[in-house]
Amino acid sequence: MAQISGDNHGLRLAVRYTVLGLIALIFIFPLVFMLMSSLKPDAQLLSDTRSLRAFLPVGDISLDNYFDAFRRAPVGLFIFNSVIVTGVTVALTLFICSAAAFAFVFIDWRGRDLVLTLILATLIVPFETIAIPLLLIASKLPWLGFDGLTYGWLNSYQVQIVPFIADGLTIFLFVQYFKDLPGELIEAARVEGASWWQVYRRVVMPLAGPVLATAAILKFLVMYNQYLWPLMVVQEERYRPVMVGLQYFFQLNRAWGEIMAYLSLITVPVLAFYLFLQRAFIASIASTGVKG
Amino acid sequence: MASKFTRSNSTGWLMAGPAAALMGLFIVLPFLFAIGLSFTNQRLISPNPTQFVGLSNYSQLLGVGLLTLEPERDDAGEILRDEDGATSYPALRGYTRNNPDFPQLDGMREWFSFSLGESRTYVLARDVVFAKAVVNTIIFVLVVAPIQGGLALVLALLINQKLRGINVFRAIYFMPVVVSIVVVSLLWRFIYDGQSGLLNNLLGALTFGAFPRIDWLGNPSTALGAIIAMSIWQAVGFHMVIWLSGLQTISPSLYEAAAIEGASKWQTFRYVTWPGLRNTAVLVLIVITMQAFALFAQIDVMTSGGPLDSTQTIVFQAVERGYGKQDISGGSTISVILFVFVLAISLLQRWLTREKK
Repeated sequence: MAQISGDNHGLRLAVRYTVLGLIALIFIFPLVFMLMSSLKPDAQLLSDTRSLRAFLPVGDISLDNYFDAFRRAPVGLFIFNSVIVTGVTVALTLFICSAAAFAFVFIDWRGRDLVLTLILATLIVPFETIAIPLLLIASKLPWLGFDGLTYGWLNSYQVQIVPFIADGLTIFLFVQYFKDLPGELIEAARVEGASWWQVYRRVVMPLAGPVLATAAILKFLVMYNQYLWPLMVVQEERYRPVMVGLQYFFQLNRAWGEIMAYLSLITVPVLAFYLFLQRAFIASIASTGVKG
Repeated sequence: MASKFTRSNSTGWLMAGPAAALMGLFIVLPFLFAIGLSFTNQRLISPNPTQFVGLSNYSQLLGVGLLTLEPERDDAGEILRDEDGATSYPALRGYTRNNPDFPQLDGMREWFSFSLGESRTYVLARDVVFAKAVVNTIIFVLVVAPIQGGLALVLALLINQKLRGINVFRAIYFMPVVVSIVVVSLLWRFIYDGQSGLLNNLLGALTFGAFPRIDWLGNPSTALGAIIAMSIWQAVGFHMVIWLSGLQTISPSLYEAAAIEGASKWQTFRYVTWPGLRNTAVLVLIVITMQAFALFAQIDVMTSGGPLDSTQTIVFQAVERGYGKQDISGGSTISVILFVFVLAISLLQRWLTREKK
């Protein structure tokens, strides 16, 4: 009797893993196809789609497509631009939004509740509904740079960075996290004569590791994957990020291998980063779901 | 914490001020601009001064009309038919071009038509492309929200099992979420390709060649469906994780109690799991709806709105006009209409899933 139920258990386990595995194939096959195809010459890439060879590194394997992609477009420049825009925005977001959340949670000031309500209300405004008027505003804003005072932010780094520094979701995440910190700690530090800046830097931020990771990951994903906005405001190659740089490739229909190489090049670092910090990535998304 | 040590107007404004100012300038101001500009004829660059045009942008986009026509008859009262035997009707142009009897139809074009008995009813729109974009977007939202939300819940329940190595599967299901939708869209053009597409090859292999090859993105009847399937594939892992965090807030003691009572799997789900997920369900639906209304990148990369406008969407139209044609006021009007949709649906979902007391 025990023997039979043991077999039954083993069978059920096998069924469960089979189901999970088949679903995993659905999610992974396009990415495997991308990576494998990036290593193949165009003719072989197309003929391989008729069999499982499409997902295997077989036949004439080389990195030629990658070299050709670099020759076709300033790929290095696009990657550099994306790194600058993403890195600077994430850093500024963490600072500006955590400072704001600190003021909302720990400091008592006139107008606090109204400002916080307004900021949280922006969560229901999708970026797509403000993109067009924002384009008009961005085309007229002044900027004090190395060449003096200029008007119009189109074709620049700042047009890709500044509008995205402060956002309601990040402030919300910091506010939620700060609320769970012991308020007495902050008040005690104040009673002992610490300035607000010292409380922020030496008491609160050292405790904010998890929420900083969450906010950084979410912002990183949003910024690195930006498409609509840079498409509209960056026409010059000089400031073009990787996702818009893709246009170089999808306008030519035949160079499939090069397209796959470029896609792999801009995707693999993010995937590696994700697999490395998998728990933190998933915890970040999950934390946006707390307190619906 | 209302002590003198925590009170400071200047520090409060100093620390929250930068974020508030940035959000005011880059979110609130453009939002108000969108509303204001929708009543003007503003262009990105124009030699002429901007003028107030009232509601004409809205009537231009949203104007629809109905026209029912009787078949043409000869002198004996017999219905006239063309060579194919189809009933012939008076030309629409006669009603929509400078016809003093039908001023409200002036400038409209046929959107679609249907027959009732002998007469034929024409649904006319002032802007047929935008009308199609609205309908496509609503179809997209209505299909994606329940299917994506439901599949995400199924995946979350699967992943919530206690099995060795379950985290590996969770990591894989979530993987497409971190890949840019632009990359995903370009990749899926391969899968949907009519010649050497992976999907056609797979279906052909499964049916031993019986399944006809389909150009999934080039066919008006399959293009939107193909984009829907891909969009769900890309984003379902995101909502799986949100469901999962909801599942983990349900107390294990409730499941133990259900087990002691001898509840079946379905009963446990129906009376323990699902009630515990109410708040999560609202959040998942609202987030999916907002993301779905914003449908743009997939269209831009895969179809540019075609074939035959079968994949036009509201945001694609807003960008095509506001940016492509530099018609800021037209793009802004579309943005305002989009916002009204998003707000209405969010409120409706909140109301439908409200807690019944």
